[in-house]
Amino acid sequence: MKEGYKLIYQKPKTLREKRMHYCPGCFHATTHKLMMEVVEELGIQEKIIGVCPVGCSVFAYDYMDVDMQEAAHGRAAAVATGIKRMHPDKIVFSYQGDGDLAAIGIAETIHACNRGENFTFIFINNGIYGMTGGQMAPTTLEGQKTTTSPYGRDPKKAGLPLKMCEIVSQFDSVAYVERVSCNTPANARKAKRAIKKAFEYQMQGLGSTFIEVASNCPSGWKCTPEESLEWLKEKAFPYFPLGVFKKPEEV
Amino acid sequence: MPAKGYVEISVEGCKGCGLCVINCPTDCLALKTSETNSYGLHYAYMTDEDNCIACQNCAVICPDAAITVYKKAS
Repeated sequence: MKEGYKLIYQKPKTLREKRMHYCPGCFHATTHKLMMEVVEELGIQEKIIGVCPVGCSVFAYDYMDVDMQEAAHGRAAAVATGIKRMHPDKIVFSYQGDGDLAAIGIAETIHACNRGENFTFIFINNGIYGMTGGQMAPTTLEGQKTTTSPYGRDPKKAGLPLKMCEIVSQFDSVAYVERVSCNTPANARKAKRAIKKAFEYQMQGLGSTFIEVASNCPSGWKCTPEESLEWLKEKAFPYFPLGVFKKPEEV
Repeated sequence: MPAKGYVEISVEGCKGCGLCVINCPTDCLALKTSETNSYGLHYAYMTDEDNCIACQNCAVICPDAAITVYKKAS
């Protein structure tokens, strides 16, 4: 550090030094960082337990320096339910992608939300199966080209993309639902605030909390990180609007 | 008068996505196109330290937390 200067921002200590395997510009890594900043700010490193999915973020336990448990594909919500019921005093989160939460694991997600299981979903929605090479996911946008929809997603055959925030916000037992993104520094700061609020509501025992991160996938979308931000703004946000869908009444 | 600061970017931690470069309000970051780190990636570096206003935008948007921000103590 130079003389006369003070440190104002550094990598959170709750994030391990290990290099993340994510592609350049991936919001998975940004979300990991924001979550670990929240854990550091709230001082809950010893009290938080995460559940990893199958997908790009399958190695999330290598990067976050908190207790983590790997779940079978799609079953992170069920595993998190078990952990939270055994350890009601701990803060539990499930970290899932769209293939995990919205495709194979949608039954677990819906029922965990319907039961109002008191843990936090962190849902990374990048509209594609990134790890397996860019196949069509339930959240792939209409007309979006993927390796399994080379002419673009046809709603007549594949239906329209699933809006998970809109779906889970209908349950009375769900306390807090917000869709955020990390495409600009302002949105990344909002995403961090949303994650912090979700953990705080969970600590108050208000019910399920659900944070969807509208994410990018430069490798799967076959574009540069900069172009992926443009795509998010032009194509994804009109269909997946950002904002709070549900929040506790007294707030 | 805006605050003064500077950033340190980890050469090996940077993956060259360029998100910091496009989000810098004073355009004082760039990708080193002539050199790569050991992973073969063009890393970001600071071009003009005088213009940095220590806004932390680059550090907040950096996916790999490769950026450390320092601000001049007032």
